[in-house]
Amino acid sequence: MLAMAGIGAVVLGAATAFAWAGGLFSHRLTQTRIINTFEAVNGVHPGFRRNHTKGVCLAGTFQASGDAAAISDAVVFKPGTVPVFGRFALAGGMPRTPDTPSTVRSMALNFTTSNGEVWRTGMNDIPVLPVKDVQGFYDQVSTAKPGPNGKPDPAAFPAFLKKHPEAVQAIAIIKATPFSKGFADDRYESLNAFLFVDAAGKKTPVRWAMVPVEPFQPALKTAPSDQNFLFTDLERRLAKGPVQWHLIVTIGAPGDPTNDASKMWPKDRVKIDAGVLTVSALTAEEDGNCRDINFDPMMLPHGIQPSDDPLLSARSAAYSVSFRRRAGEPKSPSAVQPPARQGA
Amino acid sequence: MTFTIFSRALHWLMAALILTMLFIGIAMVSSLADYHQLVSIHRPLGALILLLAAVRLINRLFNPPPPLPEGMPLVLRLAAHGSHWVLYGLMFALPLVGWAMLSAAGDPIVLFGGWHLPHIVPHDVMLYATLRQVHTVLAFTLFAVILAHLGAALMHALVFRDGVFASMTVRRR
Repeated sequence: MLAMAGIGAVVLGAATAFAWAGGLFSHRLTQTRIINTFEAVNGVHPGFRRNHTKGVCLAGTFQASGDAAAISDAVVFKPGTVPVFGRFALAGGMPRTPDTPSTVRSMALNFTTSNGEVWRTGMNDIPVLPVKDVQGFYDQVSTAKPGPNGKPDPAAFPAFLKKHPEAVQAIAIIKATPFSKGFADDRYESLNAFLFVDAAGKKTPVRWAMVPVEPFQPALKTAPSDQNFLFTDLERRLAKGPVQWHLIVTIGAPGDPTNDASKMWPKDRVKIDAGVLTVSALTAEEDGNCRDINFDPMMLPHGIQPSDDPLLSARSAAYSVSFRRRAGEPKSPSAVQPPARQGA
Repeated sequence: MTFTIFSRALHWLMAALILTMLFIGIAMVSSLADYHQLVSIHRPLGALILLLAAVRLINRLFNPPPPLPEGMPLVLRLAAHGSHWVLYGLMFALPLVGWAMLSAAGDPIVLFGGWHLPHIVPHDVMLYATLRQVHTVLAFTLFAVILAHLGAALMHALVFRDGVFASMTVRRR
């Protein structure tokens, strides 16, 4: 009888440990809670991303200069050209939200090299992130969560700033940086730091940015009546020919934070021009290459590694939940429908 | 009668790896800070388990397990054989579904450094969503069958005392 009770205790103990590992007995912040918060703020739009929801697919090439190969063994940085696809999008979780001159814009890219390796990166057109850790990110999104009256609590944002002093500084930096007129003259930042690893295994802390060849033009003062004017502008620009960006890699000096994306690195850091991105075509998400892809910033090739930035793992986790949910849902057309063109 | 030393070593090695894998799997899907680290272990470990499952199946054909004790009731015999084949099935199914699932997602399946696996099904997110669900259901099933297997093994060791447990542990004199 004692033996039976002991066996029961062992089996039950194992089952309990398993449930504990799955977070059953704690209220910690999980990837599911983050995405649930996005859904609480924006509603559920089946088949769409839970954030950066409004977007369009891009196609083009990346021509590496070879200059970054000195600090990274990644095949993508060796001289040569690789095909690229990706996505231009607006921050926010509404698929049909009207474009505004000052909504944060993003560029997500997928590079596939000849040896079959994949590099994905999701970049934003702000110089820093407002927060440095996962709790901060969650608290920031939560400030927009509707209360019992259907509206966000006006006290939530000041409370968020008080709890996360880094956000006060970061938001000031973001506000001081002028928005460009459109997607084509915009600069997209990796925000999080990564490590480039050379053939000998030496690690170099880096951040990267897609810096436009198009000259900067200031953002419009007021939004035109076309609800998709940012995307329409990009289509018009691309109808005239490809749009290019330089992939500029900034090397962090000792002491530059790699675990805090809310802080700038000093402007005088060494920079490498790793090559040129040429975007030549846009397609609607549903006929494009980007809707059914998870632009997880942790999908890195040999030669690029994550830094100690806590937001990297959290982004990866949250993106995986968003991807899993929208993958199984029925899909509907995107708000952005570029006219089909030859070669697109 | 006991299992060969190689069979026993494989059994205990895989027991440790599979339990580690199940705990990593469930911890991973609720974690933010450790998500990437856990995924980076989950994938190559899954590939290793698939490889070892194949080695083990081949080994089993060459070194059949010792017979169950005489006089064991038919129901328990069927339960023993049935659960063992379910365990074998899941040892193959879980990693294969995981592999297919990442293929259907169109994700790179990186094991170490630049070392990656090819895709085994076409890129199709609806298929991904189904396989992702199947992966979870199979993982819970595997954990449940392992608990039953553990309970039965302890019953043999502590209640029946019929040598079945010892056949997988130390050689009895």
